[in-house]
Amino acid sequence: MFRWMVQRDLTLAWRRRADVMSTLFFFVIVVSLFPLSIGPETQLLRSIAPGVVWVAALLASMLSLGRLFANDYQDGTLEQMLLTPQPLYLIVLAKVLASWLVSGVPLALMSPILGLQFGLPGNSLSVLVLSLILGTPVLALIGSIGAALTLGLRGAGVLIALLVLPLYIPVLIFGAGAVDASINGVSAQANLSLLGAVLAIAFVFSPWATSAALRISLE
Amino acid sequence: MAKRKINWYKYASPVNFYPIAGRMIPWFAIPAAILFVIGLYVGFIKAPPDFQQGEVYRIIFIHVPAAWMGMFLYIIMAIYAGIGWAFNARLSSMMASSISITGAMFTFLSLVTGSLWGKPTWGTWWVWDARMTSTLILMFLYIGFISLQAAIDDPRRADRAGAVLALVGVINIPIIYFSVQWWNTLHQGATIRILNKPTMAPPMLAAMLIMLAACWLYSIAIVLYRLRCIIVERERSALQVAAAAA
Repeated sequence: MFRWMVQRDLTLAWRRRADVMSTLFFFVIVVSLFPLSIGPETQLLRSIAPGVVWVAALLASMLSLGRLFANDYQDGTLEQMLLTPQPLYLIVLAKVLASWLVSGVPLALMSPILGLQFGLPGNSLSVLVLSLILGTPVLALIGSIGAALTLGLRGAGVLIALLVLPLYIPVLIFGAGAVDASINGVSAQANLSLLGAVLAIAFVFSPWATSAALRISLE
Repeated sequence: MAKRKINWYKYASPVNFYPIAGRMIPWFAIPAAILFVIGLYVGFIKAPPDFQQGEVYRIIFIHVPAAWMGMFLYIIMAIYAGIGWAFNARLSSMMASSISITGAMFTFLSLVTGSLWGKPTWGTWWVWDARMTSTLILMFLYIGFISLQAAIDDPRRADRAGAVLALVGVINIPIIYFSVQWWNTLHQGATIRILNKPTMAPPMLAAMLIMLAACWLYSIAIVLYRLRCIIVERERSALQVAAAAA
């Protein structure tokens, strides 16, 4: 069932490749705006790179949240999913996993190119990718709570940002901190371990909260 | 030994609680006003000036209670929201909505007084100090809760959605707090402590505690007052029936 759900969502995403691509290009464009507005000094760019890439990843992953449940909600599929005997926890987890595969993983794979634009050394590039691989699933998991709570509301897009961004702060701190540490020649392991710990907590608790929120929203 | 039994369930109904809340308000509001006056008197006139900071430090008499209230009220709000969600108790959820505004107000107040104090003491309005940053994030969490409830038209859905958000926020608060503190120590060598006083003069401590008590009583009074407004708004028809029956 789990695999079937993931496959279904991936197929749907594949049929609408433009949506996925637009999120990715949003990420690239936002990051590219910073050198244009700040100036091309390598030293300055290198020191702001972790923060800029991570903030852009936060914003980009929020764009895809609106799609997480909205389409299924509109055509009634979501209601049927709630009625199935399978645990809602697993359904939510499958949907989040699929959404991460199409939005989080491309961001992480694209990030070394952006890191090169900012003059990051090779070692930091791999830390950047690793931190995004660990961090973006947390963003998807926490974001799914916000997406479920705001399902079908007026102005849901802006509201999600208000609800979810404060909860993203630890991920931002640890993720950008890891890259920052590697630039300064310190081991990034502490930050990456903390990021992994946050991922473990979010993995256990947030699908549960999302299921509760979905039941409330679909009453 | 005839013990009078109180039927608590009766008072869990908003319509029945409405008149009681009305009667309770003066019992909290009047002591709050008296304690505010005493606290300000002790704080401004009795307490000696600080030997390092002079007169400036006196803002802590409102700043520290406001910061504490901001934090406590979030937890209390989450508890009420959780009870309202788990037991389907409307009154609890209404309490949570009512508390959220007061909590946000106190958090805002503590940020403003903090920056007013920071300017003459640290020479800057804002420092990315761990406590200030986490208070700012707490403020964002309040804003999220309030705007989520404002965006949902159906009051029962608003209550439950708010409860999920408040509980998620409560789990997150320690994580946010530690991440911010840790981030802060990484970036700045020396952290600035807000209350770097090993010993406080007794009148200072007394003034602060009196002001804290006053803030608690004020919060209870204003929360009950707002609760009455929410009850009137939501349960208008039931109140009219109750009034007609009485």
